[in-house]
Amino acid sequence: MAEKVFMIALSPTMEEGAILKWQKKVGDAVKMDDILCEVETDKASMEYVSSQEGVLLAIVKDVGASAKVGDTIAVIGEAGEDPAPLIAESAPSAKPPTSTQASASTPAPASAPVVTADTSTNGRTKSSPLARRIAAEKGLNVAEIPGSGPGGRVVKADVEGYTPAPAVKTSVPASSPLNNDRVPVSRKRGTIAKRLSESLFTAPHFFLTLGIEMDGLLAAREKLNEKRKDKLGLNAFLIKFLAEALKRHQALNASWEGDYIQNHASVDIAIAVAQPDGLITPVVRDCGSKGVLQIETELRDLIDRARNNQLKPDDYSGATFTISNLGSFGIEEFTAIINPPGAAILALGATIKTPVVAEDDSIVVKKIMKVTLSCDHRVIDGAVGAAFLTEFKGMVEDPYRVLL
Amino acid sequence: MAIITLREALRQALDEEMARDPNVVIMGEEVAQYDGAYKVTKGLLDKYGPDRVLDTPITELGFTGLGVGAAFGGIRPVVEWMTIQFGLLAIDQLINNATKYRYMSGGQFQVPLVIRGPNGPAEYLSSQHSQSFASYFVHVPGFKVVAPTTPYDAKGLLKSAIRDNNPVIFLESEMTYGHKGEVPEEEYLIPFGSADIKRPGKDVTIISFSKPVLMCLEAAEALAKEGIDAEVVDLRSLRPLDHETIYASVRKTNHCIVVDEAWPQCSVGSWVQSVIQKDCFDDLDAPVELVAGEDVPMPYNHRLELAVQPTVAKISSAVKRALYRS
Repeated sequence: MAEKVFMIALSPTMEEGAILKWQKKVGDAVKMDDILCEVETDKASMEYVSSQEGVLLAIVKDVGASAKVGDTIAVIGEAGEDPAPLIAESAPSAKPPTSTQASASTPAPASAPVVTADTSTNGRTKSSPLARRIAAEKGLNVAEIPGSGPGGRVVKADVEGYTPAPAVKTSVPASSPLNNDRVPVSRKRGTIAKRLSESLFTAPHFFLTLGIEMDGLLAAREKLNEKRKDKLGLNAFLIKFLAEALKRHQALNASWEGDYIQNHASVDIAIAVAQPDGLITPVVRDCGSKGVLQIETELRDLIDRARNNQLKPDDYSGATFTISNLGSFGIEEFTAIINPPGAAILALGATIKTPVVAEDDSIVVKKIMKVTLSCDHRVIDGAVGAAFLTEFKGMVEDPYRVLL
Repeated sequence: MAIITLREALRQALDEEMARDPNVVIMGEEVAQYDGAYKVTKGLLDKYGPDRVLDTPITELGFTGLGVGAAFGGIRPVVEWMTIQFGLLAIDQLINNATKYRYMSGGQFQVPLVIRGPNGPAEYLSSQHSQSFASYFVHVPGFKVVAPTTPYDAKGLLKSAIRDNNPVIFLESEMTYGHKGEVPEEEYLIPFGSADIKRPGKDVTIISFSKPVLMCLEAAEALAKEGIDAEVVDLRSLRPLDHETIYASVRKTNHCIVVDEAWPQCSVGSWVQSVIQKDCFDDLDAPVELVAGEDVPMPYNHRLELAVQPTVAKISSAVKRALYRS
């Protein structure tokens, strides 16, 4: 019996995926666990591992085509079976829902029976033939002109009364390194846009900034690195201190779930990694029970794989806390948008030699790193956030506190 | 210029053609001694005698066939049907004989026959006597079909019909026999295939023929008060159709409605609609709407009888829809 192969959610947030490559051709035998195709999900490219067996009878979604979770992407069955009925069945789901169907069922008033004939829409711009002709003569795109006729039909008066918006200049100065291209939104860019908008527009953010003296930590790191071939990065230390501070402040390691707050026992810290096509946040799990060395090893692996676009959804989802470090760009301080489901994110600035007034009123030069904590006020109050941040500062400046 | 009724205009046309050509004869029910059911043939029996103005029995198939046969033989009969409704009985003589002999004889025969009588609804005539059958004839190659609205057009077209060597269906309207208009003293003919712009306008084209043209003119006057300048095109000739005049008007106004008192399906109006939408597609800013008789048998109840026909109000609102002003 031939059966449909459905697009499945290959990441927790995936709603739709694009076929990057088919590993099997029509006619190939497919065994359980064979790689059927590669799919670009919202964050990464994933392998689609078959849970069905048989012969690949038809490919419904070709390379480049995108499929919603649940859409038929192929048909598998026994050699010689006809996949056509199953392909035909899957076609209607691809049809966009027509919002006008509901209104078509409302009886039209008897005095205006002509209106009912005009309500079909396929995403096409309705326009009168004359309006199209005039638009063409004027070099206007009829699809950009608002229609005043029945069902939004663009008519002569609409075209004649239309003034095109001052067009984006299409001519590019010869010397310009810039362009006027329209860049399609990649799946990943779309996910970033959606998740961060949701975060900033639904979670009330507040921001706490303080400067941390880095002289001690930097000296200690230098000393440790003297005897090491693989140098330890600063981030591994900071993640370790954050984990220790989080262990003492449950509210910062929690998520807002609407009708309850979910505490997390494991401290899973993500780090924002820039990639050419948008940032990704690989997660070091259970940092609370790991040492700096192990954190460093895992971090390196994650960052390597992130740069090669090889992270799996498990590698970048579900962080309870996130750090973002723009210090290498010389950014002194900045605010970051919380990375859900976490309730806080720490933005790390550059470490800068700064004149500091010491206890004895003398001015000394210290290496100061400014950090800004963004908190979800639904979960974390100001004082709670401040207490946590102060604890973190204290640990970085005076590592013995970790032992307490 | 004399102002006369349409009835008188038809009578003049018959009289002048009978005087001009002794082969022109009139036959039909009560056309002679009674002067015709609608008095169109008044005085012609006295003037031309019983050999040329013949009362027939109530046998439409019979006397229509007689007319077809006479036409083969070189006579130019004008057959009056008391109404086109009764002509249904005789339609076989016309379709299978009158429209075919010229074609099937390779041009050896001609059929210079005119069939005339009132078509379409009048008032208080109920279902069987209120039907507009223009499309029954316009449908058939071999016929010429005309349907005048004014006395001027009626006279000029009837004279052309009598002189034509093909079967002509001449559709009148009972309600317009008394309609008056200017008719010149001197002789004139109106050629077939020529529509007439009864009212020039720039905003919308209203196309019609026969009695409804008068409603269209009334609607145009009412619309003018609302700032809508309608052009009313009277087809006059339904077959052949004057495409040139129709298209020129539509290309000028970009908006068009067609008014036909017949039922909507496969009517002359729906045919005109279709040619406009095909040939003026890129000139149309709105669909061409048809204002037709409602798709029901004619009710006897007078209010309903009026309600199912095209009205000034229906025409006006169709115009406004076509102009997106409703």
